[in-house]
Amino acid sequence: MKQHDIKMMTPTTIGLIVVMAAGAFVAVYRLFRGLGAATNLNNLWPWGFWIGMDVLGGVAMAAGGFVIAGAVYILNWKKYKPIVRPAILNAFFGYVLAATAIFFDLGQSFRIWHPVVMWQVNSIMFIVAIHVVLYTTTLGAESSPMLFERLRMMGAYRFMNAIMVPIVLFGVLLSTLHQSSLGAVYLIIPSKLSPLWYSSKLPYLFLVSAVFMGLSMVSFETILSSRLFNHPLPVDILRGLARGSLIVAGFYFILKVWDLVAGPGIGAAFAGSFTSNMYLLEMVIGVMLPLVLLAMPKYRTGINSIFSVNLLVIVGVLINRMNVGIFGLAEYASRFGVDYFPSLMELILTAAFIAFAFFGFKVSAKYLNLFPETEH
Amino acid sequence: MSMNRRDFLKAAAVGGGAILASQAVSAGASMPRELPPEAVGILYDATLCIGCKSCMVNCKIQNSVPGGALYLPDRKGLPYDFSSPDNIWDDARDLSSKTVNIIKVCKNGTGEHKDETENGFSLVKQHCMHCISPACVSVCPVSALRKDPKNGVVYYVEDRCIGCRYCMLACPFRIPRYEYESASPRVRKCQLCRHRYDEGKYSACCEYCPTGASIFGKVTDLRKEAAKRLTLKPGEEYSFPVQTVGSKEKSRRLVSKYINHLYGMKEAGGTQYLLLAGVPFEMLGFDKNISEQVLPDLTWAYISKIPAVIATVLIGGAATWAVTRGRNKDKEE
Repeated sequence: MKQHDIKMMTPTTIGLIVVMAAGAFVAVYRLFRGLGAATNLNNLWPWGFWIGMDVLGGVAMAAGGFVIAGAVYILNWKKYKPIVRPAILNAFFGYVLAATAIFFDLGQSFRIWHPVVMWQVNSIMFIVAIHVVLYTTTLGAESSPMLFERLRMMGAYRFMNAIMVPIVLFGVLLSTLHQSSLGAVYLIIPSKLSPLWYSSKLPYLFLVSAVFMGLSMVSFETILSSRLFNHPLPVDILRGLARGSLIVAGFYFILKVWDLVAGPGIGAAFAGSFTSNMYLLEMVIGVMLPLVLLAMPKYRTGINSIFSVNLLVIVGVLINRMNVGIFGLAEYASRFGVDYFPSLMELILTAAFIAFAFFGFKVSAKYLNLFPETEH
Repeated sequence: MSMNRRDFLKAAAVGGGAILASQAVSAGASMPRELPPEAVGILYDATLCIGCKSCMVNCKIQNSVPGGALYLPDRKGLPYDFSSPDNIWDDARDLSSKTVNIIKVCKNGTGEHKDETENGFSLVKQHCMHCISPACVSVCPVSALRKDPKNGVVYYVEDRCIGCRYCMLACPFRIPRYEYESASPRVRKCQLCRHRYDEGKYSACCEYCPTGASIFGKVTDLRKEAAKRLTLKPGEEYSFPVQTVGSKEKSRRLVSKYINHLYGMKEAGGTQYLLLAGVPFEMLGFDKNISEQVLPDLTWAYISKIPAVIATVLIGGAATWAVTRGRNKDKEE
């Protein structure tokens, strides 16, 4: 069986393994010593960096999977077929990591299965939990042809390909609900979350920004892996993704501004406080700069500028998730005199998750037929 | 383009799935919105409170037994807090995993005059409000927090809890506390001493309150008692019931000036813990942003749309696939 010409034992890989080992230590320490010993979480900050970054951010970063799979299998835009495998695999890693982060964030980690049998349909958390389980399974199914191909199980390979359209449709449905329900988690705290982010439209904002992030993520890793693994750049695909990003960016911009005007008013963004500055940072990096750059054909078609825009969008949407999950609660919590900054262990475990994603993607690129079109 | 049998079956399966899902969702929709018939609660009158903290002492004693809100099988002694390094016995600074009822003082200016806003202070007793429509119960993914359908007490089922701490985020009153110090942690909150009702007893805090600042009783009776107090004139004499609202034991004393507001009547849709005070409740640490909004309604607005989203995405997606598939084949072949 052909293995792809990717060197495994590079200094980068060794670095990734060191970070993962440190993360494994933190994971064990947290399980045996408890959340209080490992994190800076407290009674006014029940959720911190692991929820804001790993779960909210990680799931948004995984949105490329359903966007590209939907485009290829439901809209039948076959042009994007070459990137469907990496996009789905990336989403799979994103969800596995989000689920792992939830496992370590739960006070009773080994009861993580409880929601699956103890339904409570008034709870967004229940809905989120069911979606994580179902969609991770769906992503596994969507990725499975690659594995069956590698294992030469051609019967299973053909079977999975035959039922791929309904699987993808199911995945699109689950993602739509899951991305939006992560925003809906915060609907219950109108008195706590800053009005710069609290809105009855939070589910829509989360969904649209996840699609925005997903397109950028797919484009970003297509460029990155082409350079790392010496594949020719699929320029046409990248330009198509940039065009899609422009449309989503415009829509997201209108939604955000409308929400600001209808909510606390434009003035609230320029109050000069830490919270309002975080809002401006998110808007400039994640919405306005990308929109302006994508609107100009010169930057929308140039690969280097597309890569820069991708970075802006990824960082910008991550800031948005951190704002909703952490910074937007700061004014409330500090009124009652309690601050939060992630502990070193919280940061290390998150770094280990990211390292695992890069490492896993590299291993997959070596051993699986991740980029089928570049072979022929 | 014509729809063949296979396509039709697919579409039918899709529609059927959506209908099943919508039934599952509507079956479990209801969160209580009205006061339960036998609802019990506490009326706290800050103008009667002398800050002796007897309520806190009895709370810890009575809740450290099996069924109590602070019970831990292998704990020796009572759950005392040691928050400062000064060797002070049981010095809870705030509600904690070991303190589910706390007396605080809130000062303004020089803080000289009791129950006055200008240069005054007021005591306040903080514990679970036992909301009529509790946010914590609605957000719990595993029903570890529940509201008793008869007496309305919001209580905790330890074995179900996964420790997601969404209840802590959702509670507008900052009540649920977590045993962060433990490797097998629980949520801790006041359960209104529900484990004592069968013995004919009531909330431990009210049992030890010497002045009648905390009285236990049916919420409807507590509301009547509070309404009566708000009509009293400052300086006149009144017999305040002690321990329970219907108690024969009374504490006769002069009436202080009240702020004309029974806290918990409407806040967050109404609560079973009610408060009277001589100063505005915002000064007592009650978040000014808490409105009369029934909080679970906010998430229900989203959840109730899910069946429609399921139907739209599946039917719309299947139709899109069917249409674009044909177009694509024409191009490719």
